[in-house]
Amino acid sequence: MTQAQRQPSVAAADWRKDFPILNQSVNGQPLVYLDSAASAQQPASVIDTVARYQREDHANVHRGVHTLSHRATDAYEGARDKIREFINAANRSEIVLTSGTTESINLVAQSFCRPRIGSGDKILITHLEHHANIVPWQLVCEQTGAELIVAPIDDHGQLELEALRSMMTNDVFLLAIGHVSNALGTVNPVKEIIAHAKKCGIPVLVDGAQGVPHMPVDVQDLDCDFYAFSGHKMFGPTGTGVLYGRETLLDAMPPYQGGGDMILEVSFEATIYNELPYKFEAGTPNISGVIGLGAAIDYLQSAGMRRITAYESDLHEYMLLQLRRVDDIRLIGTAANKASVQSFLLGDIHSHDLGTILDHQGVAIRTGHHCAMPLMTRFGISGTARASLAFYNNTDDVDRLVAALEKARQVFK
Amino acid sequence: MNGHAAVTDDVLDLYRELILDHARSPRHFGRLANATHTAQGINPLCGDKLCVYLSIDNTEHIDAISFEGSGCAISVASASLLTDTVIGLSVDKAETVFSAVTKRLAKGSADEANDLDIDLERPFAKLRALDGVREFPSRVKCATLAWHALHSALHQDTQPATTE
Repeated sequence: MTQAQRQPSVAAADWRKDFPILNQSVNGQPLVYLDSAASAQQPASVIDTVARYQREDHANVHRGVHTLSHRATDAYEGARDKIREFINAANRSEIVLTSGTTESINLVAQSFCRPRIGSGDKILITHLEHHANIVPWQLVCEQTGAELIVAPIDDHGQLELEALRSMMTNDVFLLAIGHVSNALGTVNPVKEIIAHAKKCGIPVLVDGAQGVPHMPVDVQDLDCDFYAFSGHKMFGPTGTGVLYGRETLLDAMPPYQGGGDMILEVSFEATIYNELPYKFEAGTPNISGVIGLGAAIDYLQSAGMRRITAYESDLHEYMLLQLRRVDDIRLIGTAANKASVQSFLLGDIHSHDLGTILDHQGVAIRTGHHCAMPLMTRFGISGTARASLAFYNNTDDVDRLVAALEKARQVFK
Repeated sequence: MNGHAAVTDDVLDLYRELILDHARSPRHFGRLANATHTAQGINPLCGDKLCVYLSIDNTEHIDAISFEGSGCAISVASASLLTDTVIGLSVDKAETVFSAVTKRLAKGSADEANDLDIDLERPFAKLRALDGVREFPSRVKCATLAWHALHSALHQDTQPATTE
């Protein structure tokens, strides 16, 4: 294979320099950050936007008549418009701002499901899910007597689609499914799955925490009812998240939390709730974080999500090629359609030992169960090492990973 | 890029031969048939679980001990060293060693910890092999997991011990 074939087609250098945190040494080695699936780094434009807001524009939103409050409100609501456009929602009222994917999913469990389900109803999830797309459903099932059922996967970490379809019976109230598996990188064919669920009359929530950072997402094209994601996985600040919900469904749902900003009028006899999406946004929100998320979207739009997907796909191919050459490596998650995430085991080295040894060579990976313990159990393991790539990574990073794995083998030889 | 970086001394100190030996061939591994006291230790960070089994005789001495479970090299080696160390000790003495080890490992720097060396007098000197973990704050919990389980077992706690 020639060098030209081995190299991803798009140069990453232009993107990498936009991320100041990557330009540092860790334990005496230049940092190789391969943990973007846990939390992605922020470009300077996001960091600067948040800092400028804090220095110049901060006030509470939706309240004051003074200038700063107007500026803060304009920037905050401007970010909502950017989010709407980014995922092509029909209406800005369908963009509920939350603290993250976890809160978005809990909101749907408590406001959409809890008032409507009971014994005899089922919530359908899959074996690939993150704890954030398992535990909220377990809670609502405990509260209502409904049953949680789990669609199986194969040994590659792919959904068994026939089994999933056969589980979409009349008594299923909701299907909650990840767009991309955080632990294995499997990209689920959500559009086809949603189409089938629609035929069965089942609403669908997509956990998009790992989808949005890697590929263009169009919620109208997907035809999902809810799409949940987090700002910090898509190069924005932590503590920000989004729940996209179909307007007719959100309209019919009771508020999730009570407080300021979610009301039109309060008396001790009765309270009139605010219109969408504010009905679901009680209390002072993470204003600076959301404005930073808007800046992250600006960055992604200018980089181009299609270019990012293409680059990451090439880089992932390169990583697979290099990892397969490492002796005693066992790749976990070998689906045909993957995002740039790879879990693996090296010999009998526990993933935490591997993580420590790699860290001391400047290579940051995630180790452990990846908040997906049932998935680890499915593979008969307690955890994995996981390298997750973003568009700011390059082939040098992959080479450093492979060299660090060789050193780990020497320590444990 | 530099693909030839040496593994640092810290790492080699952490994974020294005695640790790797106990991790590969843990002593007193398995379930103890006539255990009088048992406790589980769970590290919620990684999900690792260890169970410590004790047999305490009527003179309040640990006459048999074992552990089982899975974990990283550090947690398994520490559990193995634990069983080697506390077997035959009185319950009180085992408590003292628990307290000394957990304090010693919690210390951030070797300098501070030197003050505690007196707590690990000669029969327990082998436990100094765990000292490498002090340079790795995220791994201290791995090294203390089995010790917390021991502590719970000595007290017959019904809740699993955690490193939190």
